[in-house]
Amino acid sequence: MNSDSIAVIIGGSHAASQLIASLRQEGWIGRILVISDEKQLPYHRPPLSKTYLSGEKTPENLLIRKPAVYEKLNVKWLLETHVESIDRATKSVVLGNGERLKYDKLALCTGARVKKLAIAGSNLSGIHYLRNLSDAEAIKKDIKHGGRAVIIGGGYIGLETAALLRKMGMAVDVLVHSSRVLRRVTAGPVSDFFTRLHSQEGIQIHTREKPDSFEGDKQVESVICASGKRFLADLVIIGIGVTPNTELAEACGLPVDDGIIVDEFCASEEDRDIVAVGDCAKHPSSIYNRFLRLESVPNASEQAMSAAATMCGKIKPYAVVPWFWSDQYDIKLQMAGLNDDYDQMVIRGDIDNSRSFVAWYFLNGKLVAADCVNRPQEFRLAQQMLKNGINPSPEELADDNLGVKQLLELIE
Amino acid sequence: MPLITYIDHKGNAFEADVPVGDSVMQGAVDNMIDGIIGQCGGACACATCHCIVEDAWFEKTGPASDEEKLMLEMSSEMQDNSRLSCQIEVTDDLDGLVVHMPQSQY
Repeated sequence: MNSDSIAVIIGGSHAASQLIASLRQEGWIGRILVISDEKQLPYHRPPLSKTYLSGEKTPENLLIRKPAVYEKLNVKWLLETHVESIDRATKSVVLGNGERLKYDKLALCTGARVKKLAIAGSNLSGIHYLRNLSDAEAIKKDIKHGGRAVIIGGGYIGLETAALLRKMGMAVDVLVHSSRVLRRVTAGPVSDFFTRLHSQEGIQIHTREKPDSFEGDKQVESVICASGKRFLADLVIIGIGVTPNTELAEACGLPVDDGIIVDEFCASEEDRDIVAVGDCAKHPSSIYNRFLRLESVPNASEQAMSAAATMCGKIKPYAVVPWFWSDQYDIKLQMAGLNDDYDQMVIRGDIDNSRSFVAWYFLNGKLVAADCVNRPQEFRLAQQMLKNGINPSPEELADDNLGVKQLLELIE
Repeated sequence: MPLITYIDHKGNAFEADVPVGDSVMQGAVDNMIDGIIGQCGGACACATCHCIVEDAWFEKTGPASDEEKLMLEMSSEMQDNSRLSCQIEVTDDLDGLVVHMPQSQY
């Protein structure tokens, strides 16, 4: 690497922002060029479904770093710019206008895009998805105190926006295709808790409802389900998951399987001058002994640190305990580890009558994850236990009479 | 613009001008100061922006909220003056603020 070397980053969100900073910290003295199809510099996405929609935060508040910081780091931006393809033979990227840009190291931070619901009437106004700032801005304009909102999807995005719209005075129905909310990310009893929470707050959750069409003249007026049920709506938000943006990688011959396959250093084994970071990347986890593609900010940031080292010819493997968080009403949900494969679950606290408990997950007697509801201390404890491979017994973890400090002693 | 001094676990001091209204965490992130990570972007969800406010300034920053305290208490490096720096909003009153960053965040 020398001062003429060029690092090109495709994508301009959390992963890119951290990658830029980490590249300079790792000693990248060459040029840095970021190509992003967004209008803005990287911004925090999690508040889009929370404090941004409620009006507490402005677009300026959302910026991960101020424009002056990138200037100081000598970064060149091509915003609102589409990359057409990657030519690995000549080490260049081809833009939508045909322009070719050379790279020495290439970082794919292409993220993910929302899955679309293709049913009759889906082009009516008032129907939204939520991924980008522009999506959130459009939703904000349609929020009306006393109006009716229908949320399609019972995942984080669906439930967070439902909570927010309710707080802002809308009547809210949530339509869930499966038998329970948060099915993809938590166990049945925790789903039941969130259903109870939302109904206590005045939201109707309807499971096993599959939207069949939207009705309205120009503006959406109702959602018709396959069951025949009709839900009146002034505003519809669809949150049914995302698809990783892997097309560029696949078209240039990099291995892809629901994510761009990388090694523990975030590099593609097919071409080590290319790294992939964030929602679009699928990495081997030494903790869970399988390939994972994670959709979270901490994952994007931490992978970026590892990828920056790789681009600078250094070695910094990515091996962290995944974690996620969600805010709904007065609930802070913090999840440590992965709970998609477990054979035992125990609860600490009163999941049926309170808003404070932990669900601990075990596989073959080994702690693999914890869902913490308003239990930040147990969350921090879980992170440490998972990181260090410590396994208190399910009985100990479930015993709410044992204080957190006593649990801490168990692991020290 | 208020000047804030961030001191790492080895005693090295880093000074930064941080705009009024920003958090002490944002000041560190914008100035590439290691030791304050701020993974969750200020949502009080990750506790990776722990700082220890120098005694003379603690009255001005005020103590941690209950929510902050719960997160901080799990850190072996917690002290009476510990705060999550994402929860300290920079004001003109805090011009000259000095905070220390714990070793675990390096």
